[in-house]
Amino acid sequence: MEAFGLLLYGFSVLLTWKTLALMMVGLILGIFVGVLPGLGGPNGVAILLPLTFTMDPTSAIVMLSCIYWGALFGGAITSILFNIPGEAWSVATTFDGYPMAQQGKAAEALTAAFTSSFIGSFVAVLLITFLAPGIASFALKFGPPEFFAVYLLTFCSFVGLGREEKHKTIISMALGLLLAGVGMDTVSGQLRMTFGSDNLLRGINFLVAVIGLFGISEILLTMEERLALRGHVAKISLRVVLKVWKEMPRYWVTLLRSSAIGCWLGITPGGAIAASFMSYNLAKRFSKDKDSFGKGRIEGVFAPETAAHASGTSALLPMLALGIPGSGTAAILLGGLMVWGLNPGPLLFVEHKGFVWGLIASMYLGNVVGLVLVLTTVPVFAAVLRVPFSAIAPMIVVSCAIGAYAIQNAMFDIWLMLVFGVVGYVFKKIGIPLAPFTLALVLGNRAEDSFRLSMIGSAGDMRVFWSNGLVGSITTLALILLFWPIISGGIGWIRSAFRQDASPLA
Amino acid sequence: MASKSEAEIVVAEIVVEDPTAPASDSPAVTTRRTVDVVASFFLLALAGLLAFDNWRTGMGWDATGPQAGYLPFYLSVILAAACLYGIGKEFLARGQAGETFVTRDQFRRVLQVFVPTLLFCLFMQWLGLYVASFLLVAGFMAVIGRIATWKSVLTAFLFSLAMFVTFEIAFDVIMPKGPLEALFGH
Repeated sequence: MEAFGLLLYGFSVLLTWKTLALMMVGLILGIFVGVLPGLGGPNGVAILLPLTFTMDPTSAIVMLSCIYWGALFGGAITSILFNIPGEAWSVATTFDGYPMAQQGKAAEALTAAFTSSFIGSFVAVLLITFLAPGIASFALKFGPPEFFAVYLLTFCSFVGLGREEKHKTIISMALGLLLAGVGMDTVSGQLRMTFGSDNLLRGINFLVAVIGLFGISEILLTMEERLALRGHVAKISLRVVLKVWKEMPRYWVTLLRSSAIGCWLGITPGGAIAASFMSYNLAKRFSKDKDSFGKGRIEGVFAPETAAHASGTSALLPMLALGIPGSGTAAILLGGLMVWGLNPGPLLFVEHKGFVWGLIASMYLGNVVGLVLVLTTVPVFAAVLRVPFSAIAPMIVVSCAIGAYAIQNAMFDIWLMLVFGVVGYVFKKIGIPLAPFTLALVLGNRAEDSFRLSMIGSAGDMRVFWSNGLVGSITTLALILLFWPIISGGIGWIRSAFRQDASPLA
Repeated sequence: MASKSEAEIVVAEIVVEDPTAPASDSPAVTTRRTVDVVASFFLLALAGLLAFDNWRTGMGWDATGPQAGYLPFYLSVILAAACLYGIGKEFLARGQAGETFVTRDQFRRVLQVFVPTLLFCLFMQWLGLYVASFLLVAGFMAVIGRIATWKSVLTAFLFSLAMFVTFEIAFDVIMPKGPLEALFGH
């Protein structure tokens, strides 16, 4: 019950007019970001980060995380009304959401989407409230080898479990780790990979790279598409809301299953996209009436939305407890922590109680307020789509430039942002995933420090990573995940070999 | 029954047209495989360069443990190996038909955003960010979006002003400024 008391303390930090106002601003901006094409959760947060540079960390994180919740809600609006997923994680919502809108049940679909989003993130916040403090206090005992093992586990699970071609994930991650190392070496103070340039001395800023990779490249990609759209107008009445809410308890199994999938994939680097598809498919598989999926079944909206939100929210758990982000957006929030002068990691729970519990309390409040806000203002946000893209695109470009410049007041960063914009465009089109790059860039220095500190501690003996049960099992698990495709291939091969041996007898 | 439900389905719609949409039958500029191989060679060259620099910095061990260039050197080696694997894989598959990387129409549209963005960054250095952003938004809306000039200019003016008030005045975020801002004493 200690967590409960701390949560109340968090609410006391949160309940000031200024913080509440910033929360509303964050939510509204977030819904815009989610609705607009060419802007998504991660780049919305990255672009708006400079607004928070002069704020205190608690107000800053509350506003930024609310942008994120808003973007999660906003993605559903375009999926259902226009059959255009505003975000990759709302693709699965279009399968049943859009048919419902075509049948004139847009309001029901939207209510279902928003409410299940709320439930998904509520479950995830509960998980964070009661699990994160425990994990953090456990992690306080970690030394450099344990931390390196956890970083290794994160990187390896991306390579082993990712759906992209393995060598492309490795390219993305190695490049991110290399670029993280540019500039002053934190252990020895030596310069490296700067080639005598003063601009590279500062290193390659993570946020500049993110704004280029996600903001600029997304604009380039969006322009390639045909931007005409046609969709429904919807207004949600209280009657519809109550009707959907009355129906909801019937689908408790789907809601619970989807929340669990979302939480699991959010904490591990599976992510919201995988979670929404997986939960849709499982809802379909376990349903008695499989054929009605894809034709406007309300359960087909509940499942992906619950999972996407549960996953998006629980991605903050490892970020808060261990300093390891579970998603791209969490990685950007982690970058924000460093800008505000906080040191991410388990010590956060001890040294900055107000910050951590304020953030957790804002997740509860932000989701309740967000739910009410989207239910009442859907028509306004749907109308945003009437604004032509040729007006939105240059405004996004300007916002990206402001964001990139503001971080270090350097013109060089604007050029760097443009380069990363082109790199992001090319990488996305040739199938090099950007998430491992982002993660490697933000974690690179910390991972290297922990590796080198371990090596210094053990006088260069690699066996330090197997020196006790904890670090040994994490390292071993990391290596198993890294070689998982080969291992699972091997198991399959042995099985089929056995079957061939057995078949002549049968 | 069917006709009744059809009547109910007629709901208000939002329609947005795209007059300059890329044609779906536009010829390909290049294939995905070509770009993949070219990008891999670029990354391979970068890996070589970084490996050399880290070798110069010191990639071995000294009394205090691994030197500054140790991890980056091996990361460059891993990057190079992954690139070579990718190049080899695409080379072996060269007989098969390649997917389109970008069509001519799409490429034209991408350049329509990229070139103005480039000019915007270039002009920002002399004109300051806010004037440059006014020119970018107004020009882009009027020329590429084919929106009425007065609408474009008004939108661009309001947008730049809003940005100025938000960042320069409300949030104290300092942006590059030019002669116009100097005129008003900023």
